[in-house]
Amino acid sequence: MQWRLLDLLTNINSLRTVVIEQIIYETPTVKTFVFKDKISSNARPGQFLMVWIPGIEELPMSVMVCDRKEHAAITIRKLGFGSSALFDKRVGDLIGVRGPYGNQFKIGKDTKKALLIGGGTGLVPLLRLATMLNEAKVDTTIIIGARSKQEVFFEKKAHDLLDKTKHKVIISTEDGSYGIKGNATDAMLFIIKKEKFDIVYTCGPELMMKKVFDIGSANALPIQASLERYMKCGIGICASCCIGDRLVCKDGTVFNEKQLSVMTEFGKIYRDKSGRRFEYRPLI
Amino acid sequence: MNNIEDRINTPNLKKDYRTHSDLLSTKFAGLKLRNPTMLASGFLGISQEIFNRIYGLGAGAIVSKSISIEPIEGYRNPSVISLDKYSYINAVGLANPGSEAFSEEIKHNEYVPLIVSLVGSSHKEFPPMIKKFDDLNISGYEINLSCPHVAKMGMEVGDDPEMVSRIVKTVRVNTRKPVIIKVGIGNANVVNVAQAAKDAGADAITAINTIRAMAIDIETQMPVLSNRIGGLSGKSIRPVAIRCVYEISKKIAIPVIGCGGIFSWEDAVEFMLAGASAVQLGSVIGYAGLTTFSNIVKGIRQYVERKGLKNAMEIIGLAYKY
Repeated sequence: MQWRLLDLLTNINSLRTVVIEQIIYETPTVKTFVFKDKISSNARPGQFLMVWIPGIEELPMSVMVCDRKEHAAITIRKLGFGSSALFDKRVGDLIGVRGPYGNQFKIGKDTKKALLIGGGTGLVPLLRLATMLNEAKVDTTIIIGARSKQEVFFEKKAHDLLDKTKHKVIISTEDGSYGIKGNATDAMLFIIKKEKFDIVYTCGPELMMKKVFDIGSANALPIQASLERYMKCGIGICASCCIGDRLVCKDGTVFNEKQLSVMTEFGKIYRDKSGRRFEYRPLI
Repeated sequence: MNNIEDRINTPNLKKDYRTHSDLLSTKFAGLKLRNPTMLASGFLGISQEIFNRIYGLGAGAIVSKSISIEPIEGYRNPSVISLDKYSYINAVGLANPGSEAFSEEIKHNEYVPLIVSLVGSSHKEFPPMIKKFDDLNISGYEINLSCPHVAKMGMEVGDDPEMVSRIVKTVRVNTRKPVIIKVGIGNANVVNVAQAAKDAGADAITAINTIRAMAIDIETQMPVLSNRIGGLSGKSIRPVAIRCVYEISKKIAIPVIGCGGIFSWEDAVEFMLAGASAVQLGSVIGYAGLTTFSNIVKGIRQYVERKGLKNAMEIIGLAYKY
């Protein structure tokens, strides 16, 4: 059985069945699940796991930060069929993981001041990035976008993860019940008028990221965005996640402003499970 | 990020020396390819931009995902699982955008030798699909008669020589483009199915498709794939595929395209020695990425040079004589 053990420890493609050891309640619809898996614990910011909810579904999910050794975590919002089934899991239940897959956010040598813009569970890879920015002593501002006060999560976590560096956490809510009233991109427009940033990192709904990209381009700001698309394989063979000729799972998930500028489908076209093209309804 | 790929991913590569030379140009079944490598059906095959990219990276031809008359969403995930680094079981369930949307997708195909894979549950479904594609810039059709995990399609058709014959005849009278039939391991003898296809007018055979397979997670004690049963691809099926290519091409005078677990130029050469006129690559992309094409093509060229031959086609079927 030694080869099996070796495979489980070294082959990221192997499906590891893990026990949910801890559940953190973030909001009424968002939970974080902690499990032991050494390979996942080494995930880089921007990488994702394919998470198997046995008998139900398999979903691509960003890897959440976790302070326990050789442990990893995922953060899920109760939304569709698969995510709801995962949301209802309890401590002791089993899930499967494979990966981590994809590339990662990069921190340039000259980066002194970074702006992070996250919407919803898009904050997950940004928090992982925040720990690296903290280590690198990069002055970091993070914008957390949510619909309402009740939907805001990771505010304290963001402060904690950035404890070693000069940082700011800005909250924006669409209904104005907490922080700045408006979208995360409204907060972005507000802050970039006052301060100068070397780079903008973003993850969240694609239309939000498109807006971040548009604002960034207009202000000559370098951007790195972690994209999300429907996926089947996660390893670059099925093309379910393609945007133009790029595969989000393999060429991404992180793309920079140059790559995004030639992606004509970014923020405009998505494909359904069959591969048919559909247009995004624009943000109002 | 894939800088190397980005740098060389330009349409100029159409004339790239590494993937195109007289040494490698291949002609069979009415197809003329710059080299004998093709993208296997089912892999990455839904977007014209991706076809352009893969052709730019060295593939001789591209086979699309199997297209059905209406869109198919496919099975719920997990639909693809990786057994080790070299083999996969998938039950994607023939997910595809349907013939209408796919003909829109490829209508501006400029330079890619594109073979459209078609799948259907009855011979009646093929003429309307061919009508949508026949005037587009495509090189031919591959008829998928061997998908092992969708009821009433693929293998269920491929196991019935009469059905095979009826479908191939129908396709034949509806197009003048090359018609390739993809066969696999089902209940019927693969050689007999190939013979039925040839008798009905097929120009070439692709062998083989994935093989019915399954994986069970021992902790949850559950089958992993949502469809429970899927098709095995990758290195573990290569010897079976070699045997099929050898038997079909030796017994039936019809060009055969080898497919199944090709991970290196050595594997590709082995298939050609067994009688394959060309080879299709698929699972290897999950392991080594899209740069695989140029690496394998380069290896085949060097082998042909080393053996003192003028063209790669000279090695086809050299293993027969022993």
